[in-house]
Amino acid sequence: MLIVKEQDVVLFRNRVKEYAVKIGMGLVNQTKLITAASELVRNMIKYASGGVILIEVISKGRENGIRLTFKDQGPGIPNIPLAMKDGFTTGKSLGLGLPGAKRLVSEFDIKSIVGEGTTVSIIKWKNG
Amino acid sequence: MDKIPILRMGRFLLVTIQVDLYDRLALNLESDLVQMVSKTGANGVLIDISALSIVDSFMGRILGNIGSMSKILDAETVVVGMQPAVAITLIELGLELKGVHTALNVEKGMELLQTKMGLIQENEEGTGDSRVE
Repeated sequence: MLIVKEQDVVLFRNRVKEYAVKIGMGLVNQTKLITAASELVRNMIKYASGGVILIEVISKGRENGIRLTFKDQGPGIPNIPLAMKDGFTTGKSLGLGLPGAKRLVSEFDIKSIVGEGTTVSIIKWKNG
Repeated sequence: MDKIPILRMGRFLLVTIQVDLYDRLALNLESDLVQMVSKTGANGVLIDISALSIVDSFMGRILGNIGSMSKILDAETVVVGMQPAVAITLIELGLELKGVHTALNVEKGMELLQTKMGLIQENEEGTGDSRVE
């Protein structure tokens, strides 16, 4: 899914919700996943003027889950450990986006190359 | 351009957010609301978020901002109707919604605002040396 403007965020959140409902994810986990997704997509629009998001249903053993991969070609993050710290921001926000999103999902992975872009991938298991 | 309506009810302003917000819409609400508080001299702002399926850090910050800005303009803010899943998510995200009061539903929120107004009035009518928080 291609994200370029703010209104796309609402559409994207609805799409994620559809998938979460489809695999029977509970309301609390749904809310956590969508909130985390919302934080990450905002980062993408704000710092990289948009990007591409992949929504996948995955399974491990008997557990189903949803994986979201956010890929942008923005400026990249020079210091990831610092960016993952609560309260750190280069913008004017609260600095909760990345660390907050990580707390809300089951698995969180971030890769970034300065000048080339950032890829964040999150997994939320149905019962995780 | 979408807009969130702000209703005036006596000394209070009432906002019911019925759509999922994107950032610009939330920012517009913030500035509209603060201007309305200043224009009408309202003493209370009630924001109903029962239709919001998520509140992320941005929306949380906007709610906090509205609370602080209204406070400076002498109006209390109450956020009502938060869904349980949203409350769980907010705390895990690390957001505590400081600066705004919360109530379970619109009715309780109204009561809270009225009590606050009542306390302030009593205080003004009294000797003036006791402060009620």
